[in-house]
Parts: sequence; C-alpha cells; structure tokens
Amino acid sequence: MKILVAVKRVVDYNVKVRVKSDHTGVDIANVKMSMNPFDEIAVEEAVRLKEKGAATEIVAVSCGPARCEETLRTAMAIGADRGILVETTEELQPLAVAKLLKALVDREQPGLVILGKQAIDDDCNQTGQMLAALADLPQATFASKVEVAEGKATVTREVDGGLETISVSLPAVVTTDLRLNEPRYVTLPNIMKAKKKPLETVKPEDLGVALTSYLTTLKVTEPAKRSAGIKVPDVAALVQKLKTEAKVI
Amino acid sequence: MTALVIAEHDNARLKGTTLNTVTAALACGSDVHILVAGHNASDAAEAAAGIVGVAKVIRADSEAFAHGLAENVAAQVVALAGDYSHILFPATASGKNIAPRVAAVLDAGQISEVTKIHGTDTFERPIYAGNAIATVQSLTEKNVITVRTTGFDPAAATGGSAAIEQIATVPASSKSTFVSAELVKSDRPELTAAKVIVSGGRALGSSEKFIAIMTPLADKLGAAIGASRAAVDAGYAANDLQVGQTGKIVAPQLYIAAGISGAIQHLAGMKDSKVIVAINKDPEAPIFSVADYGLEADLFTAVPELTKAL
Repeated sequence: MKILVAVKRVVDYNVKVRVKSDHTGVDIANVKMSMNPFDEIAVEEAVRLKEKGAATEIVAVSCGPARCEETLRTAMAIGADRGILVETTEELQPLAVAKLLKALVDREQPGLVILGKQAIDDDCNQTGQMLAALADLPQATFASKVEVAEGKATVTREVDGGLETISVSLPAVVTTDLRLNEPRYVTLPNIMKAKKKPLETVKPEDLGVALTSYLTTLKVTEPAKRSAGIKVPDVAALVQKLKTEAKVI
Repeated sequence: MTALVIAEHDNARLKGTTLNTVTAALACGSDVHILVAGHNASDAAEAAAGIVGVAKVIRADSEAFAHGLAENVAAQVVALAGDYSHILFPATASGKNIAPRVAAVLDAGQISEVTKIHGTDTFERPIYAGNAIATVQSLTEKNVITVRTTGFDPAAATGGSAAIEQIATVPASSKSTFVSAELVKSDRPELTAAKVIVSGGRALGSSEKFIAIMTPLADKLGAAIGASRAAVDAGYAANDLQVGQTGKIVAPQLYIAAGISGAIQHLAGMKDSKVIVAINKDPEAPIFSVADYGLEADLFTAVPELTKAL
C-alpha cells in the first residue's frame, strides 16, 4: 500500500509572529520556517506503518513556493521515499490545496492519505476533510491511534469529552492529532540520504487545477492586549480580591 | 437570506455550543433555521425549537446520524444547502470534522473559528494561535462557517416556539462505521461552557498529584478542570482537558492557572477569560503578564490553602 502524506512549510512554532504595520499580514521575512508540527506527526505515522509492514511506499507532497523543497527533504529524512512539490507562488487557501491533493490522489492512487489536522499559521483545520469530500473518501480526523488491516483503518479519534473509534474502508483520509506519536529526531545520515531521494516538481496547471481564491483578507491586526494585573501577597488577599473586587466567587 | 445552524447534540440533549452558534447566525443578518440530524433525537429537536431566534427546526432522523459520522451528516447538509446563504457549525470537534466536507462539495471557502461578524460576508478570525486577527471577506455565494463559541453569547434556550419539519434523509455511507466511544462521564461542567475553570500545569508533577491538588479546588468552585499541553503531554491529565491553540478555547468568568508557565499556545486558549488568576512560584512566568491576580507561591501549599479558604 502506498501512503501519501501532505506537509506544509510554516513559521516555526517557537516564533512569535508580528503583525505588519500596514496591516496586510504578518511579517514572515527572515523568520525560521519549519514543517507544520501536525504534519511531522503525519510523516512519522506513515513511516511507522511502513516499518510495521502495513505500507510499502511513502510519498510526501508539499504545495507552495520552491522553498517547500526543504520541507519535503525533512519528510524524506524522517523516512518518506520520494517527494512531490506542487510549485506555485500564489497564495494557497485550504480548498485550493485540497484540489491539488485530489489530483495527486487520482494520479498516485494511495491506499491512505495522512495530513496534519491543522496548520499552525492559518489555524484552518480544513484541508484533510475537504480532500476527503472531493475524492469521495471516508475520513478519520484528529487521530490518536491508527491501525491498518484487511482493507480497513481502525482509527481512535480525539473528540470532545473523550475518545471515539471508527472504522473506515481504504482508501481513506486520516488527519493527525498531537498524541498519535512523537516524531523521531532526524539524524545527519538520514538528512544526507534524503538529499538523494527523488523529488518531482509539478505546477498546478500540470495537474489541471486552476487556483481560485475563496476569501480575501481585508486586514490583519494585533489582538486586543490584556494588561497584567497585580500580584497578591498571599491566599487570603487573593480570596479577598476575588470576592470584593472581581466579584467572581 | 437564511442561515442554517447545524445543532450539536447527543440525540437526547442539545449542547450549549449550539446556542452560541445561533447568536452568530443571527448576526449574519438573516432568518435562522436549525438542523437536528440525529437518531431518535426528538428531545434534541424539541429543545432546538425552544431557542429564541430560531424560525424553523429541520429534523433529519436516521440511524446514519446516530454517531454524527462526518460523511453522513455532511451529505445531509449538502442536500439542504440550496436554500441557505450561511451554514454555521460550532467550532467543536464535531463541527470542525463536518464543515469542511460541506464547503468542499459546495465549492465554497470555509471561514474557521469566526469570533466576530461584520455584515453578511465579512468575518474576524484569529490566526497564528491568536497572535493576529484576520478580517476576511468571503468571495463565494455560500458561506460555510465554524463559530468560536467564546466569541458569541448564548441565545436564550427557552421561550421560542419554532415549527419542527421532518425531512427525508440521505442514505448512510458504507465507507465509515462507528465502533465505540470512551466518553468521560463527569458531573463537572463542560470546559467550553464552564463559568469557572481551574487548570493545572506540568509543575503538578504526576497524574496522582494533579488529581489530589486540582480536584478539591474544582469541587469547591463547581468548576471544570483544564490542563496545559505540557501537563497533557507528560500524561498528568487527559487530552480532552487541554486548553490552548491545539486544545479547547475557553473564556470563563474565572480561570485559575496553577503551575502553568503560560506558553503562547496556552495563552491562545484562555486569554479571553474575564478574570485570570495565576499561581506560580516562578516570578518570571509569562502567565503573570496576562493574569489579573498573580500569586507567587508554591502551588502545593497555595492551592490547598485556597481550597480551604473558599
């Protein structure tokens, strides 16, 4: 079985972004970029399925500018076998990415597609579900456990109030939650090996996908600042303040 | 222009998040209908009919909807979509699971986690874990929206008297089946609806200590219990207690953070709380920069002392 994994290049999770003074967006010039953490979990899961013998080939896909090649190399250093870069400098919204991935699903015919549940830049949490709908595939989102056997995936999902287990027939789309696994550290020999793995570059038009904008961003602003309050000396003073000043207890 | 709210429920009871979503739908400047897709969900449908501001309840009853599988619920919503300009889901695990499927089939962009609505096509939503707020305008005729429930007050749950219309249901997908659920049974309020939340961090040191220290305080206050991602990752608390960018977004009247340093991703989930109390022995902890009342103390003495003092 082939697994397709989608990876996104985003501002590193440790970077605190700044809103541009002209309110057109956030300033991402000269900040550290990394693979979206949920996508790293997706790649790790695919590699573990391959190590267990449930998968034979892992194809990593990234959509965006040429620099996304770095993200694909990271995926290949974790263990993906080859990469596909869908290269464009256009702004990509989740539905556009889902259409690009759908075209690749048609071409590659994977048994399983694994994506992160959300990207930490736009916080949309849409692409996996959209891909599943467009490709008419079942979905198992927010996965904390994935087992593949006999043409089915049994997936435990993180839901409000606990966990839910569903069974989906393959091919299917899975999106990862935090507790699915802990991605391995990428070693230097594997980084070197990843440089030699095949990487194909295609354009959206090669896949027959016209990129469309569904939303336009009018402005980006700083959130309302919350100012620090006061320090209280002890528990008694805290209780006093909560009762008489804040009146919340 | 009419808006359709997808009710969240467990067949018997309507979840509170539905009420906030109704308020958001009314802000889209339109009539509001509500879809209750469930199995033997007449009680949930009755409850929906009582919400003030709802003009009509559409009840789709089928075994296919018993567990809210995304494939089935999304197909039902798509079948109804022709009549609606706005389709709104609460931004909960269930709403986030289903909404994008609907948007994709309708070839509409989805606007996720909307916190404010300006007119019919312009919305505010947080990006970068709430470190920036984007104002976006929809370019498609249909607007599929998930609503961050902390951004909208709940609509009044009783007082309305909408008609309930039963509709024909779509067939169940054969590709996805429900196996089991392990839902934590708790008498505590739900995190996203609680008026008071007590939240513990990694400083608690173990799941035993997490329970021993945090539970009595929560009991005393009738509070929900939350946790930081660090505490969840360390195994001290269940994942569904996680407050933050990757967990639940909460905005209670009172949020007490014990032993939580205040990472950006945690602050993203709780900084809209009305009153924040931080108890931490590190005077430099970033949590103090958002706390209304900071107590620099060892939580192992301060929290039990607070429990006793209340």
